[in-house]
Amino acid sequence: MEMDWYLGLSAVLFTIGVIGVLTRKNAIVIFMCAELMLNSVNLTLVSFSAQLGDVHGQILVFFALCVAAAEAAVGLAIIIAIYRNNLTVDVTKINLLRW
Amino acid sequence: METYIFILFATLAVAAAVGMITSRDTVNSALFLVLNLISVAGIFLLLKAQFLAVVQVLVYGGAIMVLFLFVIMLLNLSDEEQMLSKFSVRYAVGFFLGVIVLSQLLYAIASVTGTLPQIHPEMERVGTVESIGDALFTVYMLPVLVTAILLTAAVVGALLLAQRNISGKVDK
Repeated sequence: MEMDWYLGLSAVLFTIGVIGVLTRKNAIVIFMCAELMLNSVNLTLVSFSAQLGDVHGQILVFFALCVAAAEAAVGLAIIIAIYRNNLTVDVTKINLLRW
Repeated sequence: METYIFILFATLAVAAAVGMITSRDTVNSALFLVLNLISVAGIFLLLKAQFLAVVQVLVYGGAIMVLFLFVIMLLNLSDEEQMLSKFSVRYAVGFFLGVIVLSQLLYAIASVTGTLPQIHPEMERVGTVESIGDALFTVYMLPVLVTAILLTAAVVGALLLAQRNISGKVDK
């Protein structure tokens, strides 16, 4: 099967993530959309790795997974801290730093 | 056969992603994301990346999503106002920018279409735990150790940020 289809699927998933980040207001859902985008990039890396028969793409995906896990832990802690102060996770109402 | 399995998983992944960004309940969004991640793991298996498929289910579908569900249930969120009920500039602009991103990506893919080869025959060997572990613990030893420091720092940072009183003062 051609590699184009895997790359196309990855592009579609990335775009859905972008649309989610731009349109949703709930900070947790925005965060999940960021995870979706990271994951679609992983799919691109794996498909190129499979196409070249090279292990390095998969190693990169492994490290991307580690960074995603660290990012999820810290980001959710930040969301909890924001919720404690503002009692909301609606990003349109969190405007303390807005000019 | 491979094509049909790909179509199944791809449809499932895209449908779950659309369900994630349109569902009103945050818990439903999280469960849709789990479905999406597991179908992407299936596509990894089609690409003969066995190790990454298992890690995807364990780390993403297991650990990270449990963290998300914990936080969602901890915060006890009320429903967000429905996104599709009323038209607003925000959704129009978001959708427009999304279409632009998609068309750019597809344009870039279309310029190389047909020149990409099939799955490499050596992939049967490359995707195994043995070959990835071999690369990780010889060539990539230093990055693995740095990753350990990164994860430790992330755990400490998460604990610090989620503490009740960051300044150390006693609550009255």
